[in-house]
Amino acid sequence: MSSLSTPYVEDRRGGLPRTLVWLGLAAAIGVVLFTVLGRFNSEYAYLAAYGVLQYVVLATGWNILGGYAGYVNFGAAGFYALGVYGSVFLYKLFPDLPVPVMVLVAAGVGALFGLGMGYLTLRLRGVFFSIGTLALSVILHTVIVNWEFVGGARGAYIIRPEDAPFFSSYAAYLCALMFVLAVIAVAIARTVQHSWLGRGLAAIRDDETAAECSGVASLKLKLAATSLSGAVLAMAGAPFPFFITYVDPATAFSLTVAVNTIAMPVIGGMATWIGPVVGAVLIGSLQQLATVTISSSANLLIVGLLLVVFTSIAPFGIMGLLSRRRTVR
Amino acid sequence: MSMELFGNALLSGLLLGGFYAAVAVGITIAFGMLDIVNIAHPAFIMLGAFVAYWLNVEYGLDPLLAALVAAPFAYIAGRGLYRYYHGVFERRSEDSLQGLAFFFGLLFVVEVSLLLVFGVDYRFVSAPYIGPSLTFGDYSVPYRMLVPFLAGLGVVALIALYLGRTFTGRAILAVSQDPGALRLVGGNPVKIKEAAFGLSIATAMLAGALLVIIQPIEPSMGREFIGRAFAICVLGGMTSLLGTVVAGAILGVAEAMTTTYVGAAWGPAVSFGLLLITLAVRPSGIFGR
Repeated sequence: MSSLSTPYVEDRRGGLPRTLVWLGLAAAIGVVLFTVLGRFNSEYAYLAAYGVLQYVVLATGWNILGGYAGYVNFGAAGFYALGVYGSVFLYKLFPDLPVPVMVLVAAGVGALFGLGMGYLTLRLRGVFFSIGTLALSVILHTVIVNWEFVGGARGAYIIRPEDAPFFSSYAAYLCALMFVLAVIAVAIARTVQHSWLGRGLAAIRDDETAAECSGVASLKLKLAATSLSGAVLAMAGAPFPFFITYVDPATAFSLTVAVNTIAMPVIGGMATWIGPVVGAVLIGSLQQLATVTISSSANLLIVGLLLVVFTSIAPFGIMGLLSRRRTVR
Repeated sequence: MSMELFGNALLSGLLLGGFYAAVAVGITIAFGMLDIVNIAHPAFIMLGAFVAYWLNVEYGLDPLLAALVAAPFAYIAGRGLYRYYHGVFERRSEDSLQGLAFFFGLLFVVEVSLLLVFGVDYRFVSAPYIGPSLTFGDYSVPYRMLVPFLAGLGVVALIALYLGRTFTGRAILAVSQDPGALRLVGGNPVKIKEAAFGLSIATAMLAGALLVIIQPIEPSMGREFIGRAFAICVLGGMTSLLGTVVAGAILGVAEAMTTTYVGAAWGPAVSFGLLLITLAVRPSGIFGR
């Protein structure tokens, strides 16, 4: 029985022209976004935009495994921190390395860690996998706290360059980088969804035993999904140390990251690539507002409540609600 | 290595183990027997701890007595929660993924609510047995550890009696093995599971009272117990109460030894490390079938 599939009509108009349309659309959104941000021209505007974009990357990356294959990864903050501390480690060794290179390294490390996590835990089904990922995240946290080279429990300072070429400030440059990462993440998620991989994962999600019986190589597909998901999650963390210039384990393994990364796809809708994006943009913006107007602990309460409400009344998320309405009419 | 240090670590680990058994017994019931992944259980333990704290500070009630007063309410609330969970998730057979996300959300709702009401300060209770210790030669046993140890083992023993000797208790064991078969002999699995989940939440209340006796509490502490509770449940073989007690003792000793010989900063990794090793080497646990 399908538990997650929304009434979704397969899109067959693939190919190069469509990809170009998508790239054009992404570029247009980017131009509009940065024109508006340029108008504000305050560090805070970039901070808020960076936060929302970062969640687009995280939610999209998480959804490749959690939404498509139905394996809930509680260790998202662990992967994020892997990216964060990957950058800190590289910065300590080569302070002049450009940030995009660090992002690439983080993606590689995240993919490897995801693959390792998959080997360790994917023979377990469902819930045990989830608890296993939580376990790995906590162990990684403990290792980082005890690792003096990257600052240990005290944290590490990063001295970032004053400005970046073509951008008004370094924050603007990192914000633009995060936008590019978001586009890449969405492109990966969309490609996976429409490929043989996505269809195999959907079969696993609906009924793993049935999928295996009909010849889906479930372990191989799940390993591909954990690696891809891990790479995207770690990528999201890599620019972060340069953005706030000081990181400690508590910020890197932040609870907010762990909760939001799961909540955004669940609330937006997990069956398609657009759900996590919608969830991240809506909840991310709502939280930016709540942080300014109420308090930062209200954030967690809002997300917790939304999670409880949405899982209860709208199991397919916002996108599920929208598409149901469309089919009814 | 001094014998004394080792002996004290072993002793405090075993005492901690009795308390851990009380922490995990609710997960053993909910997760092991009923197949409900109540990841919010540790948050309910914190709720219980704060209720015990509140009754102690406002009305001067002994924490253990406070737990007994509040447990029936927790039982009723637990039944209500199960009814909701069943109506919304189990009946739609979406309990695995959506249910997990639901309890995950609930975890934060409870935690942040406690945070908003009680703040981030550490809270503690007063009782005659908090402070003094029992000493035999080189070894000393603080009463604040001994009382939770005995109470924890007592709770598990009572639950074992209830499950083994009463009609409802045996029906709970039956529903954990085969709900379909229970239906065939005329039992209602939903009603039985409702009672069992109520029991599980009531144990969270008791475990919370034991926690506040052992150490000062603050709302976010509950998360430390997610790993412990699930590690004990899995290591103990999911449905076995004896396994829960033995696994609790193993984890308690492992943590005490790590704190004594490696350093307190490595403490959080112990339970999860044990859990991962169990899942990788023997997923059915030590008492698993």
